[in-house]
Amino acid sequence: MRRRGVNLQSSCGCSCVHFPLLLVYCPSLSVDQLYFSSLALVTQHCVPMAQFLFESDLHGLLKLDAPIPNVPPARWQRKAKDGAAVNTGTASDSTAPSPMKPANRPHSISKTPSKTPGKAGSKSQNTPNKTGGDRYIPNRSAMQMDVANFLLTKEESSEETPTKKEHQKAWAMNLNGFDVEEAKILRLSGKPQNAPEGYQNNLKVLYSQKSTPGSTRKISRYIASVSERILDAPDIRNDYYLNLVDWSSLNFLAVALDKSVYLWNYDSREIIQLMQMENPDDYISSVSWIKEGNYLAIGTSNAEVQLWDIQQKKRLRNMVSHSSRVSSLSWNSYILSSGSRTGHIHHHDVRVAEHHVATLAGHTQEVCGLKWAPDGRYLASGGNDNLVNIWSIAQGDNWSPRPVQTFTQHQGAVKAVAWSPWQSNVLATGGGTSDRHIRIWNVCSGTCLNTVDAQSQVCAVLWSTNYKEIVSGHGFAQNQLVVWKYPSMSKVTELKGHTARVLSLTMSPDGTTVASAAADETLRLWRCFELDPARKKEKESSTKTSIIHQGIR
Amino acid sequence: MAKQQSREQGITLRGSAEIVAEFFSYGINSILYQRGIYPAETFTRVQKYGLTMLVTADSELKNYLNNVVGQLKEWLSECLVQRLVVVISSKETTEVLERWQFDIECDKTAKNENAPRQKSQKAIQDEIKSVIRQITATVTFLPLLETTCAFDLLIFTDKDLAVPEKWEESGPQFITNSEEVRLRSFTTTIHKVNSMVAYKKDTLL
Repeated sequence: MRRRGVNLQSSCGCSCVHFPLLLVYCPSLSVDQLYFSSLALVTQHCVPMAQFLFESDLHGLLKLDAPIPNVPPARWQRKAKDGAAVNTGTASDSTAPSPMKPANRPHSISKTPSKTPGKAGSKSQNTPNKTGGDRYIPNRSAMQMDVANFLLTKEESSEETPTKKEHQKAWAMNLNGFDVEEAKILRLSGKPQNAPEGYQNNLKVLYSQKSTPGSTRKISRYIASVSERILDAPDIRNDYYLNLVDWSSLNFLAVALDKSVYLWNYDSREIIQLMQMENPDDYISSVSWIKEGNYLAIGTSNAEVQLWDIQQKKRLRNMVSHSSRVSSLSWNSYILSSGSRTGHIHHHDVRVAEHHVATLAGHTQEVCGLKWAPDGRYLASGGNDNLVNIWSIAQGDNWSPRPVQTFTQHQGAVKAVAWSPWQSNVLATGGGTSDRHIRIWNVCSGTCLNTVDAQSQVCAVLWSTNYKEIVSGHGFAQNQLVVWKYPSMSKVTELKGHTARVLSLTMSPDGTTVASAAADETLRLWRCFELDPARKKEKESSTKTSIIHQGIR
Repeated sequence: MAKQQSREQGITLRGSAEIVAEFFSYGINSILYQRGIYPAETFTRVQKYGLTMLVTADSELKNYLNNVVGQLKEWLSECLVQRLVVVISSKETTEVLERWQFDIECDKTAKNENAPRQKSQKAIQDEIKSVIRQITATVTFLPLLETTCAFDLLIFTDKDLAVPEKWEESGPQFITNSEEVRLRSFTTTIHKVNSMVAYKKDTLL
């Protein structure tokens, strides 16, 4: 083995000192493997040994056209071997043809790149074989290194190829939009021409998109920031869940102050005490006018629902069906719906003796917001369980026991519930201290159309009938009323004045004035939806004609 | 009379230069009016190409345009012009907002030949008419020029042209981030004019 290595070294002209060691260290290699490794070695001189063993094996494996190592030799190989043995005779101790013999070496040394006679003295001439990292380009022998080297190092010819010139020209055309070589740009000296001073492009008027001037006029309408009138409301109960004021279509404002119900005639400014609870522990928890304005429903803390005639100032009925205080009431024609602390809503048919016609059990806690839609098809209820339920009207005698919609998005008690006066299926709701949001719903589809963070407890919400606006009453920190533009829900104005939270809101029958009852024991009237004089006239004339039409009919 | 005859017979280089220069005169006026660069009330109505064209009555502007178009006509008849560009830039920021580019392809062989080309004046006018109509129609898609604007005329000429007095060399004044719309072209068989408008892309979109 050693001798064979020495043999190779001597036959290879360069100083390949590692090579014999390799052979010594690999005695287990078969003759064939040795043969292949040595072949690879001859082609690649002076390569570090450790990588070389692996690489040459790998190289041998990757060469598809090379003989496969570790397999018995093919018949023709064996034949050739036998022949060689005969030829060399007994002088050789090896039966295999020696790879070191020049006749068996497929690559002559002079063919390796290093031996290529290049331009002597050229500094970059030896670059290809100086690099040691040949593992990246294992197949150097197959490459035309000298040609590549020549092409790389040769002096760039001074004249450019026509294609390159064209290319540059095309680039210049693309970048400059014109041929720099062949054109120049001229302009008449002096400043660029422009229109006389102070000229505004009047196309702006024609082509700019701005919000219509009509709506801007509405936004800028004057809203008195102070209340028109302040009424004392002594002993009004500071309880978020109660509904203590209501304004009738006959212009009576009903206010429940602890045990008593007072009526304030807005036209004559006189105050009447309608009733008073007899039991000192009881109090009024809700009031609600019938649409016609001649009857008042009163809910009490001892679970009664009373019906009062205003003209007679007499109680007509006392309907008892609830088991806890009645904190919300709403009329739909002859049906009076009442929500109680138990979470139940009862429908009372006020015409018949058996007034209690249905029970709606959709809330687990006190029902504090209850409103029938203006067209009477849906009832919206908001509860202390943060739910808003939508109930549909009875089909025949059957009151559906399940709500048609349930909205769970509010994070606090829902007392503020109001139906849109112009879109019968749009509902506005407001959440309590932990929610502070006003949400607008389409009750038919059940989608939330809009939501706005009011940043304060929403105690009440009302739709304006004169404007596309919403007013809401709030608690801590400013105790204000906020007028919102619908549907953008942008703030129109804030009405400040109350020194404690607003408990309830109610609107005058003409829609111009909002009354707010607050925990500071005052009632304030705000003329926030007053009509323009021009529009007012229009409205009056239209109502007049309608009366005439009625008369003719 | 001789000119009249030659027109009827066909197009000469001189006649072609005249037609093209005239087109530029009306075209530039039309752009200035349509884009609202000059107040609408400073324009007067003139019948041309079978259209009602608006031509400025502002004496200063008139003077400037006559100067440029006169020079342009001269160069056109020598086949030295490659391109005319109307640059509209904001007056405050001097940022280029709009660029009307008219590429002129000159048939230089016409310089040497004497025989006029055969193309009727009517056919040329119809082509010009459709270009002018397109300029008018661009108002519908070009972004509104919000600020007061100034305009400048750039003429791309051959390199070997001697710069006349009162004229100076300039840069191409490109628009950064632009959108381009090609318009119709017309040809007098000697001069071919390709029109294009480039405008600043609306960054809000």
